[in-house]
Amino acid sequence: MKHIDAQKHVTGRSLYVDDVPQREGTLHAVILGSPEAHGKLRAIHVEQALQAQGVVAILTAKDIPGENQIGGIFPDEPLLADGEVHYRAQPIAIIVADSDHHARLARDLIKLDIESLRPVTSPREAYASGDVIGRVRTFKIGDPSDVWEQCTHIFSGQGSCGGQEHLYIETQGAYAYPTETGHLRILSSTQGPTAVQRTASRVLDLPMHAIEVDVLRLGGGFGGKEDQATPWAVMAALAALKLHRPVKLILHRLDDMAMTGKRHPYEFDYKIGLDPDLRILAYEVFLYQDAGASADLSPAVLERSLFHFTNSYFVPNARATAASCRTNTTSHTAFRGFGGPQGMFAIETAIAHAAEALSLPAYRIQSANLLREGDTFPYGQTAQDVRAHDAWKALEQSIEIDRLSDQIEAFNQSHPFQKKGLALMPICFGISFTKKTLNQAGALVHVYQDGSVSISTGAVEMGQGVSTKMIQVASHTLGLPADRVRIEATNTSRIANTSPSAASATADLNGKALAQACERVYHRLLGVAAVMLGCDVSALKLQHGRIFRDGQAVELSFDQIALEAYNQRVSLSEYAHYATPGLSFDTTLEKGHPFAYHVYGCAALIATVDCLRGIYTFDRVHVIHDFGDCMNRDVDLGQAEGGIVQGIGWMTMEELRFNEQGRLLSNALSTYKVPDIFAVPEQLRVEFLDHAGSPYAIFKSKAVGEPPLMYGIGAYFAIRNAIRAFQSQPFAFSAPMTHEKVLMALYPTPS
Amino acid sequence: MAEIQFLLNDRLIKTSLQEGLVLLDFVREHQRLTGTKIGCREGDCGACSVLIGTLEGEGVKYLPVTSCLFPLGRVHGMHVVTVEGISKETLTPVQRAMVEHSGTQCGFCTPGFVVSMTGFALESSSVYQDDPRDAISGNICRCTGYKSIERALSEVSEQLQQKPQGSEQMAWLIEKGFVPPYFAGIPARLRAIPARRPVELASSTSTPTVLLGGGSDLNVQRPEAIRDADVAFAQDYASTAIDEQDGFVYIGGAATMEDLNRSPLIAQTLPSIRSWMRLVASTPIRTIASIAGNLVNASPIGDVTILMLALGAEIELTAQHAQRWLPLEELYLGYKTLSKQQGEILSRLRFPSTTPQSRVNFEKVSKRTFLDIASVNAAMRLEVQDDIIQKARLSAGGVAPIPKLLRETSQWLVGQPLTWATALEAAERAQSEVQPISDIRGSADYKRLLLRQLVLAHFAEATAIPVVKEALL
Repeated sequence: MKHIDAQKHVTGRSLYVDDVPQREGTLHAVILGSPEAHGKLRAIHVEQALQAQGVVAILTAKDIPGENQIGGIFPDEPLLADGEVHYRAQPIAIIVADSDHHARLARDLIKLDIESLRPVTSPREAYASGDVIGRVRTFKIGDPSDVWEQCTHIFSGQGSCGGQEHLYIETQGAYAYPTETGHLRILSSTQGPTAVQRTASRVLDLPMHAIEVDVLRLGGGFGGKEDQATPWAVMAALAALKLHRPVKLILHRLDDMAMTGKRHPYEFDYKIGLDPDLRILAYEVFLYQDAGASADLSPAVLERSLFHFTNSYFVPNARATAASCRTNTTSHTAFRGFGGPQGMFAIETAIAHAAEALSLPAYRIQSANLLREGDTFPYGQTAQDVRAHDAWKALEQSIEIDRLSDQIEAFNQSHPFQKKGLALMPICFGISFTKKTLNQAGALVHVYQDGSVSISTGAVEMGQGVSTKMIQVASHTLGLPADRVRIEATNTSRIANTSPSAASATADLNGKALAQACERVYHRLLGVAAVMLGCDVSALKLQHGRIFRDGQAVELSFDQIALEAYNQRVSLSEYAHYATPGLSFDTTLEKGHPFAYHVYGCAALIATVDCLRGIYTFDRVHVIHDFGDCMNRDVDLGQAEGGIVQGIGWMTMEELRFNEQGRLLSNALSTYKVPDIFAVPEQLRVEFLDHAGSPYAIFKSKAVGEPPLMYGIGAYFAIRNAIRAFQSQPFAFSAPMTHEKVLMALYPTPS
Repeated sequence: MAEIQFLLNDRLIKTSLQEGLVLLDFVREHQRLTGTKIGCREGDCGACSVLIGTLEGEGVKYLPVTSCLFPLGRVHGMHVVTVEGISKETLTPVQRAMVEHSGTQCGFCTPGFVVSMTGFALESSSVYQDDPRDAISGNICRCTGYKSIERALSEVSEQLQQKPQGSEQMAWLIEKGFVPPYFAGIPARLRAIPARRPVELASSTSTPTVLLGGGSDLNVQRPEAIRDADVAFAQDYASTAIDEQDGFVYIGGAATMEDLNRSPLIAQTLPSIRSWMRLVASTPIRTIASIAGNLVNASPIGDVTILMLALGAEIELTAQHAQRWLPLEELYLGYKTLSKQQGEILSRLRFPSTTPQSRVNFEKVSKRTFLDIASVNAAMRLEVQDDIIQKARLSAGGVAPIPKLLRETSQWLVGQPLTWATALEAAERAQSEVQPISDIRGSADYKRLLLRQLVLAHFAEATAIPVVKEALL
């Protein structure tokens, strides 16, 4: 089944927040951000700006009726700066005017009195001065300290991987207006409608039921709108509440890039020990996470780095310690993979270091250490239904790895200025929110008396196809054609207490709740049909909107049964709630069973480096991915391909840069480059491993949002291997592998 | 100036709104056509792509532009096509292919892709023949990874193999549903729109009028100011012609980069031009950006500027009563400082025609290979006889406050044999003429190394001498 919005998308009829017809009297808000990365905010002079054409109001921290606090995990983040500024572009004032243009012109007239303080932009420096968010955490299995002596090969070093701008094409935005009862309705481009509602309630000093958040769809999210859609929605709501007018706040791209958080940059120290058979006996890593100016989701992101620090390998003695370091940059946040990619990059670095030192391909080490059934993860969960070897073997066969290696070797021999590099990248990613509470969802189904169906869940459609999957769940469970089912916008008045659409778990959680609701309605309808037909319920089945008795079609439609149920006063509506069973995690021991299941897979990536110019292309990426019993190949393939390319972007051209004053240098699409159509691999082939799946996945179709991104990590190592075919001096493990780093590595300065 | 008249999809628009308002804001805010999306407002994402059609012979030539950079004043007499203008009850073959191949996920970039692919269908030249992806090169998608879009494009491309050439083309496109039937009547309707007489360019005493070549940079740098400024358009004061006379190639002061890309004369003079222009900018930006604008913008990293410096270009500066020719390198006095006088416009440029002895090359390396601003760009033109260099011009961008002609290295090259040793020495000598700085495009050390490599790449590309690795490491 194709994406249900596809026809609307291609005709331009899909509506996003900025497209919704405006209410009369709508005002437009623009945000003034701090020009300093760190300082004391002494005064805000708005007098001149208030006189500017079209300006209605300028709101600052003192205009907040409730708590000036939006921090989700820790209360360390004001909505509007008050007394201090902690990063450049931190919101200080909301300028509300009759047009966006007038608000922007007025913004330039506000004068700030800030005493600047020295900003910290290095996570290692923040760590050294003890500026750590939450506690430093350690995950451990066995004890590396005990086994270093037994290792034949030991390698240690440092590495880093950069941040990543989400670059959803639709910028952050919201539209808020007061309703007749003084309540507020907020249209928000958010992955977390409940987070918006809860935070608005706190800031505006209103009960949650006074705030309705409605989300039709997002023009991309990727984690960037999980927590960080909230401030803009709350600011629009604040202005709407204060001014009794509809207020729209759509960030311009430069403001969005300057003000919102990114994927966390990480630095790390590693040490790896191998035995003569290339088995990893010990691995140790210290992860310095650059959290930016406030906690946001950083502690949870950090935790997932720890969950995935051994990637798809079994390491008997492993220890990872991680610290969330506060710096004076934008507050970094969720991004597809949620810390997992950074944890994986560290161990892949350690493996590559060992392989380079031992002059053998890294895939020999990778394949010698893949997880097996019954192995224990460092966090205590037993690995079940492990697919690491299956995926690896299928890939090895598919790409004919030995022949491929020989071909690459021969090519490199005959081309002095063209070098190819091959890297393999296995992945293992745990599915569930690591915060147990969030592993719940609600769904509401209404069958109308004409037999048409409306469904609501807490899932937010942001392109990932979850609406399509929800319609599949409802139509399959109710035995109806998909076109009889309509999915409603995600709305906190229809479905309360939603979890954000994140962690790849949205379809599983909401789908399971929806399936339950639909099943109950289905059985009630069958009961009505059984009475109408005078037979036993067990003989009946609904399919494609028709009823079947003992496999034979009967002249009775779903629509007729629905009408009869209504006449009989049988409820045609149902709400169901789902909570993933069996999850537990003890954060004092750092052990437990945090994941419902794991997703596996393996990728091979081949890069070609032009060693004259220091540029590269990707010839081919070949993936075997564990989709489970895939319920929608179109949607899932799109998630896999898109995730892989986004991962390659993170590892190659996407370079997030702040200067030492905390100013974002990569502040526009002209200075921050995401893959364009020419940058993607010439061949990108994604194969389905098999149909095994997991009972905790909706219809056994495994979660697919995040895992494929991590195949992109192989891009770094494929380019690295090509460089090393040109010259063999070691060079720093530092992602992304920009053209600059490639050329500097190809022609190292003689030391 | 008189009111602006143009066709927006199938409707005639007459408006007196400010000429500097960008087309994007006009279609969204004033016409409520919200299928055109706001992504970046700097021409980098393509979510706001529309087609602009201009009369050409009996028909209309359609080109994609990013409406965020296209001033309203420039659309007078044009046909502007948004996604709404091609979407009717049934899907077009482009839309169908995008649906069938799952080329849309979040959908925000999709109307831009659909518009660009429709532009591909409407294209009557062979400009996209080498690689149909050039037609959608200005569109960024963050969801799909492009592969599904490529598959959709391939299918569309295949269907278009059947398209007849010439005057039957439009009827075929309408019959196959690529565009709605109203497109057939557009040429006549455009001819009915009266031409506007351009304003007299303000003399130096009054408020200066902002003269926009394309506006592809000014509308990025100071959009709020352009919106309310008095603007005039180079097209009203200079030609777009590209022709050859007396051993020179002449380029009109209003010619766009896409005019350069499509010129048969240029293709003959500089056979690699299309591969270079792909590196320079996406199709919609090339359609907007003017060559003269690139030169007077004086960006130290302007791609076409660097090429023109190496080609030996001169520019014609026209004031109200006077004209003068100036070697391009003499235009640049310092960072963004020009020897051009207030009131002078760049009316034409010319460079000596190439000969069989000419060896010309352009190189550019940036963070993203295509559609990015260079870390370093470089160009070279040699005249070679019997393997001895007779004339040489080397230029480089991103290595000095101005677009740099490497005069000393160029002089040194004259009389040298065409060998790898010459290439190495030239690359080395170039270093003494540049002062790169560290910035977002790269560190100073990187830019120096890159310049060396690009000079070597010139010789590798433009001459037949073998490249030797050992001397480099």
